[in-house]
Amino acid sequence: MLKEAEIRTFVDGTTHYFETAGQQPASVGSPYLVTDGKPGAYEYTGVIGISGARKGIVYFTAPRGMLTVLLMRMQETDCSEETIKDLVGEVANTISGNARRDFGKSFVISVPTVVAHEPEKIAAPHQRAYVIPINWRAHSAKLVVCLE
Amino acid sequence: MDTSTGQSSLKLMIVDDSNIIRRRIERSQQIDRLEVVGAAANGRDAVEMFRRTKPDVVTMDLTMPEMDGIECVQQLVAINPNVLILVVSALADKATAVEAIEKGANGFLCKPFTDRQLNDALEELLRET
Repeated sequence: MLKEAEIRTFVDGTTHYFETAGQQPASVGSPYLVTDGKPGAYEYTGVIGISGARKGIVYFTAPRGMLTVLLMRMQETDCSEETIKDLVGEVANTISGNARRDFGKSFVISVPTVVAHEPEKIAAPHQRAYVIPINWRAHSAKLVVCLE
Repeated sequence: MDTSTGQSSLKLMIVDDSNIIRRRIERSQQIDRLEVVGAAANGRDAVEMFRRTKPDVVTMDLTMPEMDGIECVQQLVAINPNVLILVVSALADKATAVEAIEKGANGFLCKPFTDRQLNDALEELLRET
């Protein structure tokens, strides 16, 4: 079960990512709890496995439109499928890695796994997940935190 | 080190499993002072490339498949204790930064970063040459 301060870590990490990499702040909505095991996903999802003191997954999921604009803001000219997948994994990796500032070294993150066009293939370890809604430049995405 | 132009050019190897990050580093303003001799997506390939290309400077991700960045830093420093290594990682805890420095890294840049932060970190690293 996540504490409020722990959820704040992910909200702050998401805000920081878009401010820095996207050079424009995102509007991060209030996190909400999903208890039916179906937090939902967009076209592209970067999934990070969490092990060590905490166990579960953290994933960042976004539509292609948002990821394409984010690439452009990063001066990246290649917007191929491969690069979009690279980016969604990198966003998930960065937000999860930054969480170690608060959680410490025992919050062990995996390399990202990317799921594209098949949201049903994202396997959450249990039914309860916190969803952090993200709005950035007219696009919506979400960060999903599913930890024991 | 190439001094044929009168200006020294240091050899740079970029290690990161993200193509996007590798290309961002290649676009850094400091790249004028560096010659990119290779890019690797994991620690194992990086060690092999390091032996072959003998870079003076390395940027190193930490969370990578095959061999992680901390282990890779250790191996590169064992091969060439004079190599300059800038760790570029999302792992934001102090203990990891300290460990990387203890294993032989010379600097630590936390992801996400702006172009300015990358430039400043590389500039500071190159001041050590």
